[in-house]
Amino acid sequence: MSGDVVLDVAGLRVVGLPSKAEIVTEVDLTLGRGEVLGLVGESGSGKTTLGLALLAHAKRGTSIASGSVTVCGRDLLTLPAEEVRRARGRTVAYIPQSPASALNPALRIGTQLRECLNGSASREAHREEEGEERVQEVLREVALPDTPDFIRRYPHQLSGGQQQRIAIAMAFIGRPELIVLDEPTTGLDVTTQRHVLETVRRMCEGYGASGVYISHDMAVVAGIADRLAVMYSGRVVEAGTAEAVLAAPRHPYTARLLLAVPDLAAEREMTGIPGHAPSPLARPGGCAFAPRCELAEDRCRAEQPAPVEVTVGHTVRCVKPGSPPAPRPATPLRAGDGGGAPVLEVRGLSARYGRTEVLSGIELTVPAGECVALLGESGSGKTTLSRAIVGLHPEFDGEILLDGEALAHGSYRRTEEQRRRVQYVFQNPYEALNPRKTVRELVLGPVRVLRGRVADPDAVVRDALERASLRGDLAGRYPDQLSGGERQRVAIARALATGPDLLICDEITSSLDVSVQSSIVELLRELQRRDGLSLLFVTHDIALVRNLAQHVAVLEDGRIVESGPVERVFTTPDHPYTRSLIDDTPHFTPAFARLDSRD
Amino acid sequence: MTETATVPTPAPGTPATGAGRREGLLRAALRLRRTRAGLVLTALVLGVALLGPLLAPHSPTEFVAAPFSGPADGMPFGSDQLGRDVLSRFLHGGLTVLGLAAAATAIGVGFGALLGVVAGYRRGVLDEIVMRTGDVVLAFPQLVAALLFLSIIGPKLWLLVLVVGVSHVPRTARVVREATLKVVEQDFVKAAEAIGVRRAKIMAGELLPNVSSALAVELGLRLTYSIGLVAGLGFLGLGLQPPTADWGLMINENRIAVTVQAWAVALPVSAVALLTVGTNLITDGLARASIGIDRGVRS
Repeated sequence: MSGDVVLDVAGLRVVGLPSKAEIVTEVDLTLGRGEVLGLVGESGSGKTTLGLALLAHAKRGTSIASGSVTVCGRDLLTLPAEEVRRARGRTVAYIPQSPASALNPALRIGTQLRECLNGSASREAHREEEGEERVQEVLREVALPDTPDFIRRYPHQLSGGQQQRIAIAMAFIGRPELIVLDEPTTGLDVTTQRHVLETVRRMCEGYGASGVYISHDMAVVAGIADRLAVMYSGRVVEAGTAEAVLAAPRHPYTARLLLAVPDLAAEREMTGIPGHAPSPLARPGGCAFAPRCELAEDRCRAEQPAPVEVTVGHTVRCVKPGSPPAPRPATPLRAGDGGGAPVLEVRGLSARYGRTEVLSGIELTVPAGECVALLGESGSGKTTLSRAIVGLHPEFDGEILLDGEALAHGSYRRTEEQRRRVQYVFQNPYEALNPRKTVRELVLGPVRVLRGRVADPDAVVRDALERASLRGDLAGRYPDQLSGGERQRVAIARALATGPDLLICDEITSSLDVSVQSSIVELLRELQRRDGLSLLFVTHDIALVRNLAQHVAVLEDGRIVESGPVERVFTTPDHPYTRSLIDDTPHFTPAFARLDSRD
Repeated sequence: MTETATVPTPAPGTPATGAGRREGLLRAALRLRRTRAGLVLTALVLGVALLGPLLAPHSPTEFVAAPFSGPADGMPFGSDQLGRDVLSRFLHGGLTVLGLAAAATAIGVGFGALLGVVAGYRRGVLDEIVMRTGDVVLAFPQLVAALLFLSIIGPKLWLLVLVVGVSHVPRTARVVREATLKVVEQDFVKAAEAIGVRRAKIMAGELLPNVSSALAVELGLRLTYSIGLVAGLGFLGLGLQPPTADWGLMINENRIAVTVQAWAVALPVSAVALLTVGTNLITDGLARASIGIDRGVRS
């Protein structure tokens, strides 16, 4: 093995216990010094399981069955447990997805950083002072203050971005050769995300460390990775240099993942991938992607494709690694003249939690049949505003008018008709559906409350599911039998069943994969175009706004700092905050997905 | 027992699809050896208590031999302090203990669950009143409180059931309230509020079904305690009165001659012990299944 290879994975297989279902299988990877590998795939593809296996760790209920993970010449899977423990932190380090749960809330950050050092740095003389210096050094490197005052803080005294940078500092403090980063920017604002990505890139370069960057979002990975490995259903289906893969993806799945990323310019259509990744227990024979692939033919379903090297260092598991589907130009949104009568008007709304003012002087209008996006980062007050509109946050001053008629503050004081006309879809589909009710009961519940007894309940359910692009036979299922995207569609169907005029969507795609997010956005566009539904789309994702809304209101610290037609706000943003949002969003246009690059 | 399809607890973002629904609490609990052992023990004692009266060779109040006679023909466990057949009295005496314990548990857990869900959902002053009243009741040890009321009003069966039941209420309410608080935070409850579902219906339809795991564990635990309390109060003479056959009472009546004729004490003692161990094992199995210890990827 050459001295430059930091990570070499061969024939790695991780199985679930006790069924022996293969969660990750036939994985071969190599990574040179200083390189960053982007590991991309939807939820359930086995990326996190693989990431943990690189530290020779298996989650409860899983076990590493065979293969080797060689880091700097040592196979971690054959080392004694004690040596593996010492290698973690010194040779391989891990940065988890959620810094809030990775940091111990009861310990000061200095203590936690020093803990990481104890296991790794030399245990010789002047450890104390050296340790202290090392902590300060690494804090400076991640662009955090190195003052004693800061080192004595507890995790809850830091912002989300600072916490994530502490997690990065913890990983780098022991000078490891390899860093595994598991979706480290998911849940962070775009500005914070950009800073964190820059920090990771700078640290990897500075230390000469290699990185494995796990994410479901191609746009994020494209900006940081030298090499890409695309995972589907436990296998690496395509691997190669980032340039080669982004310019000419050879596996249909990779191409579809790229097309699912929203286009900031809204020229290319964002297309979701229908269906969802199969569970490890129910993987189809043959190519696992075949059931979702437009190009699949009989031999795809019959045999598991072996990896084929299409060009040097670019391998694909597909029986016909060919040209991917071309990007389609986006269908223009319904023109938003804003001239229609407003469905909803918010006038001079202010709200507070205790003494903290979270919203002040909010003026917002949703014209009939159009989509207004409420754009803001976490803590900007956007959820409070949308909850106030639907009557879940009654403590506010100001007025909310529905068709010119003032609404009572609390939902229980509003008339049935008013409650029916404004429906709310929640952010997290895993919490928004009662796990003890079937889809049919979930959809019919609100209908019975708001419209009374209906003549043909089956027809109502069938119709609502159809409008949300769900198969009718899902009616008998329980939420835990559905994927995240299906759950969110059920939540939308539940809202549609009551026949609303205005749908409030609170970050409804933020907990979903990019591929699923695109199909939900398609659905919302369809509802707006076909049924004339008005939408208030609350989001932190600027690219989605461009692809869905006619108007946008930008919310910062409880105030609307800019609002107007989407086209105008994006081309000539007035407010510096809007400009920084646009600049910090990853501009993702791989050569392959560019419209003008093809005939 | 690995035929049923299950999927590991889906982390947010993991589609739990294709392989069917996560199995129910009871079925998951049944996988555990401790639950099955508990079921066997409980069924054994239940069988004795329910079928016993049909199988008994003598009437429980019939005098068949001299007091404290040893085992003899037609009298395998000898006679008690008045010369009645120990086996017949043992077979007749279980139903009362079980019935009283079950009734007390039903009252205690039923009211406790109701108060817990209401307090956890409505919060505010109501919550404070319910929980602080509960704290006052909790301050009295269960047995002491029961003794107090039974000795003032007299050993009445309804009172015994009521006192044991009420002593369970604050304990159950506390557990159910905690479970409710976690569910209330979830968005499906807010979704119901936003469309104006009546509060009572939210509690019955959205909250109660989602605290049922905690409730099942609580039910088993309180049943175990009830059996011990009812048998204990019977032993102290505050339960059923002579000449009724009752396990607690039997122990009390025959304990003076335990060195001469141990069977009259040993039989009811072991039955009560087996029953408490059995229900406790079931409860433990339910508790483990509900938090998902030992759950893997099965097919």
